[in-house]
Amino acid sequence: MKKGVWVIAEQRDGNLQKVSLELLGKAREIADKLDGEVVAVLLGYEVDKLTDTLIHHGADRVILIDNIHLKHYTTDAYTKAICELANERKPEIIFIGATYIGRDLGPRVAARLKTGLTADCTGLDVDDETKNLLMTRPAFGGNIMATIECPNHRPQMSTVRPGVFSVPCADYERRGEVERFNVDIKEEDIKVKIEEIVKSMKEKIDITEADIIVAGGRGVGNKEGFTLLKELADTLGGIVAGSRAAVDSGWIEKDRQVGQTGKTVRPKLYIACGISGAIQHLAGMQESEYIVAINKDSDAPIMAVADLAIVGDLYKVVPELIKEIKAYRQSCEVM
Amino acid sequence: MNILVFIKQVPDTNEVRIDPKTGTLIREGVPSIINPDDKNAIEEALRIKEEVGAKVTVVTMGPPQAEKALREALAMGVDEAVLLTDRAFAGADTWATSLVLAKAAEKLGYDLIFAGRQAIDGDTAQVGPEIAEHLNLPQVTYVEKVEVLDGEVRVRRALEDGYETLRVKLPCLLTCIKELNNPRYMNIYDIFTCYSKEIKVMGLSDLGLQKEEVGLIGSPTKVKKSFTKGPKAQGEKFDLPPHEAANIITEKLKGMHLI
Repeated sequence: MKKGVWVIAEQRDGNLQKVSLELLGKAREIADKLDGEVVAVLLGYEVDKLTDTLIHHGADRVILIDNIHLKHYTTDAYTKAICELANERKPEIIFIGATYIGRDLGPRVAARLKTGLTADCTGLDVDDETKNLLMTRPAFGGNIMATIECPNHRPQMSTVRPGVFSVPCADYERRGEVERFNVDIKEEDIKVKIEEIVKSMKEKIDITEADIIVAGGRGVGNKEGFTLLKELADTLGGIVAGSRAAVDSGWIEKDRQVGQTGKTVRPKLYIACGISGAIQHLAGMQESEYIVAINKDSDAPIMAVADLAIVGDLYKVVPELIKEIKAYRQSCEVM
Repeated sequence: MNILVFIKQVPDTNEVRIDPKTGTLIREGVPSIINPDDKNAIEEALRIKEEVGAKVTVVTMGPPQAEKALREALAMGVDEAVLLTDRAFAGADTWATSLVLAKAAEKLGYDLIFAGRQAIDGDTAQVGPEIAEHLNLPQVTYVEKVEVLDGEVRVRRALEDGYETLRVKLPCLLTCIKELNNPRYMNIYDIFTCYSKEIKVMGLSDLGLQKEEVGLIGSPTKVKKSFTKGPKAQGEKFDLPPHEAANIITEKLKGMHLI
C-alpha cells in the first residue's frame, strides 16, 4: 500500500478553509518524493459537495467522515474520528492547517496517537536519505528558524501556517477516489457543548499585526489617493498605513502611522508608495520581510532599503498592479 | 475548588537579538519573565478564587532558577507553588513536557486547570491540549472569557472569524489568551511573604516516571538544525513602463506565495 500523506481538510459551515488547499499543493510535492498518495480527510455533515474541489487541487483520495456530530468542530468528536481512521490506515504524514481550530485539534490527535507534532510550520521537505519529513518553523519570536524531524514515530505530524504555501491551480480533469468512513460518535462523547457560534469579522486595524501593509507618503498627494492604496491593500488582503507626512496632512489616521513617532512594523510584505524614506520612517519598517517601493525619485532613500524598487508614478503603477493580481487570481481560481 | 495553573519561565523574546557576525542568538542580558499568556492564566485563577473561593497552585517545569517565576506568581497572590525539576526533563518537546505536567496534575489533584495558550519562545500552543489528552480531560483553547457555574464553566473561545460560547463540566483544562483579562501586579504584602513560602519540588521519581519517557529521550520530535535567516540580498531596481513594472511585482509576489 502506498504511503499516505494526509491533509485534514478544514471546513466551516460547508466552506473549505483556504489553508486546506494550500496544504494539498504541498502534500502533492511531498507525496511525489515518497511515491505516496495524497489523502484529504474531510469531516463534517453533508459536505459531499466539497470532495471534487479537494481532488481538483491535488488529492488522490478523499476520505469522507460525514456525521451529524461533526457538523460543527468539537475537539472531542474530531479527535475521535481522526484517530480511529489513523489507527486503521496508519498514515505516514498528517498535515493540519494552523488555524485556531487546527491548533486545538493537532496536539490532541498527536497526543492520542502517541507521536510528535511540529507547530505552525513554514517550510516542509523530505530528507533525501532517511525520507523523514523535515519541518521548519520559526521560534524565539521569529528570530531563529528550526528544522524538526520525527524519526521514530508515525505518523509525522505538523500544523502548517496559513498563507505560507500557495494554492495550486485547480485541474478539473483530475480524478480521484472518494470513500466514506463511518465512526460511531455518541452525544456523550462530546464533553464540550456548543451554546452559540458567533461570526464577527474583527476589522484588523492594528498595523503591527498585519502580514501585508500598503503604505503611502507625501507623494500620494491627497486623501483620495489613499482610496487607491486601500484597493490594492484589499486585493492583497492587507491593510493601509502611512508615513508621518501622510498622517500630518490628514490623509490617514494617526493609529496607522509607521515610523519612529508611529508604530514599528515587520510584515511579510511592505509596499511603500510615494514614501521617500526619511530615517524616522525607515526605523519603523526596515525589518519587514519584503519591501517594495514605488517612487518617482530613483534616488529616494526608500529605494535603497527596498528589495524591489520600482521607479515610476504610483498612480500609473498601482492600478496596473491591481489589475494584474486580479487577473492572476481569476486565471487560477484561487480562493 | 482546586485550581492548577501551569506556567513557563521564558526569555523575553522582545529583547532577544541576533549577533550579526556569528548569526547566533544573544542570550546574555535577556531577562527571564513569566510567559505573558500564562500571566493571564494566573490572573483568571485568582479572579475565580476571589469570586467563588479556590486554592490556586502554580506549577512549572524547568531548571532550578525557574523558582523565580514561581516566587513572582506567589507575589501575585497564588497559594502554592510547585517546581518540577530534574536533569532527566531537559530537552523535552511538547509531548514529553505535557507528560510530566500531566503526572504532576494527577499527584496534586485538580478541579480546573489553566495554562497559557502558548509560550513566546516556542509558540507551539501544544502543551495545554496534550496535557488534557494525557489526563483525558475536556479542553478549550483560546479562551477569552470564563464564567464559573455550578460544577461547570461557560467559556468564550476566540476564532479567526468570531467566537463560540461553550459549556463544559469540571474538571477541564482551559488555555488563555491575552484578551481574557489584565494580569494584576505583584502586591506589596505578597512580595514580602513570597520568599518565606515553601516551594514544593518534584523530580522524576516523585512523579513515578521513567527516564525513557521524559526529556530529550522521551521526545518524538528532534531538532535537526537551527539557523538564523541570512542577511538580505541586495535589492533590485527597475525603471519600466507601468504595465511591465506591475508585471514584475506580480511575479515576485507569486514567487513568495503572497498572492
